[in-house]
Amino acid sequence: MSFLRNGPVAAAMLGAAWMVTLAITVAVGVAFVTGEALRPSVLWSLLLGAMLGAGLLFVRLPVAVAVAVAVVIGAVLMVIGIGPILAGDDAGIAAQALAALFLWAGFAIAVLKTNDGLAQGSADRYTFETSCIRFLTGFGYIFFTAIVAIPFWVMLMTSFKSRAEQVANPLDFGIDFSKGRELFRSYEELFTQFDFGLYLANSFLISVITVIVTLLFAIPGAYAVARLRFSGQAAFSRGILLIYMVPMIVLALPIYIAFSVTGLRNSIFGILLIYPVTTIPVALYMLQGYFRGLPAEVEEAGLMDGLSRLKVIWKITLPLSLPALASVSLYVFMIAWNEFLLAFMLLDDPSKFTLTRGIAALNSSEIPRQHLMAGSVIATVPIMALFLGLERFMTKGLTAGSVKG
Amino acid sequence: MSDISTPPTGRGALAKGEARLAWGLLFPTITIVAAVVVLPLLAIFWISVKPVQLSDLRAPELVLREDLRRMNVAGDEGSWRFRLRNSSPDRQLRGVSFTDVVPPGIVLGDLPEACALDASVLTCTFGDVDGGWRETLEIPATAAADFDPEVSVRDTAPDTTARSSSVLTDGTFTLANFSRIFDAGEFWDVLYATLFYTIVGTVGAIVMGLFAALLLDKSFRGQGILRGLYLFPYVAPVIAVAFAWIILFDPFSGSANALLLRMGVAGEAINFFGERPLALIMVTVFEIWRYFPLSFLFILARMQSIPQDMYEAADIDGASPFQQFAWISLPQLLGILSVLFLLRFIWTFNKFDDIFLLTGGNAGTRTLTVNVYEQAFAISNIGAGAAVAVVIFACLLGFSFFFFRYISQEEGL
Repeated sequence: MSFLRNGPVAAAMLGAAWMVTLAITVAVGVAFVTGEALRPSVLWSLLLGAMLGAGLLFVRLPVAVAVAVAVVIGAVLMVIGIGPILAGDDAGIAAQALAALFLWAGFAIAVLKTNDGLAQGSADRYTFETSCIRFLTGFGYIFFTAIVAIPFWVMLMTSFKSRAEQVANPLDFGIDFSKGRELFRSYEELFTQFDFGLYLANSFLISVITVIVTLLFAIPGAYAVARLRFSGQAAFSRGILLIYMVPMIVLALPIYIAFSVTGLRNSIFGILLIYPVTTIPVALYMLQGYFRGLPAEVEEAGLMDGLSRLKVIWKITLPLSLPALASVSLYVFMIAWNEFLLAFMLLDDPSKFTLTRGIAALNSSEIPRQHLMAGSVIATVPIMALFLGLERFMTKGLTAGSVKG
Repeated sequence: MSDISTPPTGRGALAKGEARLAWGLLFPTITIVAAVVVLPLLAIFWISVKPVQLSDLRAPELVLREDLRRMNVAGDEGSWRFRLRNSSPDRQLRGVSFTDVVPPGIVLGDLPEACALDASVLTCTFGDVDGGWRETLEIPATAAADFDPEVSVRDTAPDTTARSSSVLTDGTFTLANFSRIFDAGEFWDVLYATLFYTIVGTVGAIVMGLFAALLLDKSFRGQGILRGLYLFPYVAPVIAVAFAWIILFDPFSGSANALLLRMGVAGEAINFFGERPLALIMVTVFEIWRYFPLSFLFILARMQSIPQDMYEAADIDGASPFQQFAWISLPQLLGILSVLFLLRFIWTFNKFDDIFLLTGGNAGTRTLTVNVYEQAFAISNIGAGAAVAVVIFACLLGFSFFFFRYISQEEGL
């Protein structure tokens, strides 16, 4: 370990790690933007990254100068035809230049920041690990952003591309704005020919009613569990948690049978009978945690002043727990909106479909992939918008959703 | 005087009233949960020992069609024909009979054995008939003088009676469902897939969540945006992201394959979701991708409640960043990590949608939950599906026993 902590060795190691990370990132990024293939070369990356990483330790340059020097090196290497990113079969000069620019400028900045504090001699453990953590942090941001963003990016872009375009170059995720309205053909067709407007309305209606019904049941239940003393309270608390853990597929089978026999299949009413029950345990669990945290003295004061328990809940507890109610509502809305299994098993009639069921119906070889992705975007955007707009509540709701955190 | 010195024992009126109110408030929830969760659970146990097929859900019916043959004008000699059948190919109908009113202007000839005529009401009885039973009755008939070709025999619908017994409610029981799912060599495949998916998926999601939480455990500009972004996989509808993955990793037109091919990493297109053992790895990676946000959220919340002065003290003592992580952060996070592990373990074990959408349980990715669907709907053997569900429920009871035993005191659940 102490050998690794030697300044130049550490600098070279981190430089090499940065070069590999950036080479792959830039190659993938440029490929996704321009549709042209670039090959990251691990060997060249390790070699050049290590050399320059150590080199920048000996020749201390200001950031701007270092970036300029690195970009010049990159340009020279590109002309020669070697470097951390090699041109693929068909990569154009513009894509190569773009990649080289990002790679080398990014590399210079990243290495200078990471190796800040390392000296030519042996570094102490603190400095060395701080540098390592700087690299890991940068790597982490790139890695997580990439893995999260790429599938959603693919979803969005595929919804704008026809089958022919996609097969012609699966890497090309640019948008051809010259197509104009044609770009949104999938969305238009989904709303005009596939009734997605209706599905959207169904999903919205079902989710909202589920939220309301869930709250109607969960608020009194949660209050009772949190505040009132009765024998069986502990058992009840655990029972809620246990029911929360029963897998849906186990329940779905008998529910399917019961609904088939009673004719409740294919009805929104039937779905509305089931959805709230899947969400009541989690809502009850979240709310009772919050109710417990409220000061009991306020409620006792209300009782002293002659309010009944129910009035206390209505006039004191509920107004105090509005943020928690918002979190729970959002969380329940999300569950109902995203629910797939029950909708898939219980709904066969296209006029009753929810969005998720509608998307499942698009998954057929006769319907273009573009439609499938456009449908996915339609289902994703509202929940995302809600989530981003009310992120504070949502995050709280998710955290309270399963464990005391 | 002695009764004054003893404190009141038992529950007072107030306590009783409070308990009554509590049960009153809980009553609606208990009722609806019992109806939708407890009843189906009991039903699962019942069905798992019954030989039920998907087709049994539709009760067998007596199907009857009638028409008049070769009778157009008065004086014609033709027949009144009844065609009957049992709609079920394999299940019995009992007490099969029908009655019909003979239309005016038709005189019936010799009646078949099964039938009798009383006034103008024709009654035919067949008793018990087997599955797949078909019968055609042709009753010779003559059109009398007042025969009206406009009047059809279909104007008066025949009254049919037939009773069927449903396998769901009768007294036949079998253990074949269980022996079927345990005997099949694929049971071990299913168990292996389930365990691999559950353990690797759970641990992976927690490790990734820990990494992501470490990244965001400091305030900087854009932290809120990144935190929101990292939660996307969990918040988006599973069906949307699952199809996005399928398209991204499509062997023919997927971008991932195109990228690997043209970067020269892979020699030929890889069928990510269709090959053993890659498919199982891919669905596990999907699981990690989709659920690391949840772990990340919990771990981040706990991290931010670790007092900052512990780190300051460690800094002054000269502890390096990795030492601080190993000796301060990890011990502080151990509680939440173990709770997360157990909860995520149970939920991953229960997960159905993800695998069902990604591979449909093919290529070695059939877990226990997918097997429920596979048995019940793909093979149409509801009983076997229920038997798998019973196995899942038994595992769940085991897990939750463990959970309540070892975790709940610690975290005060």
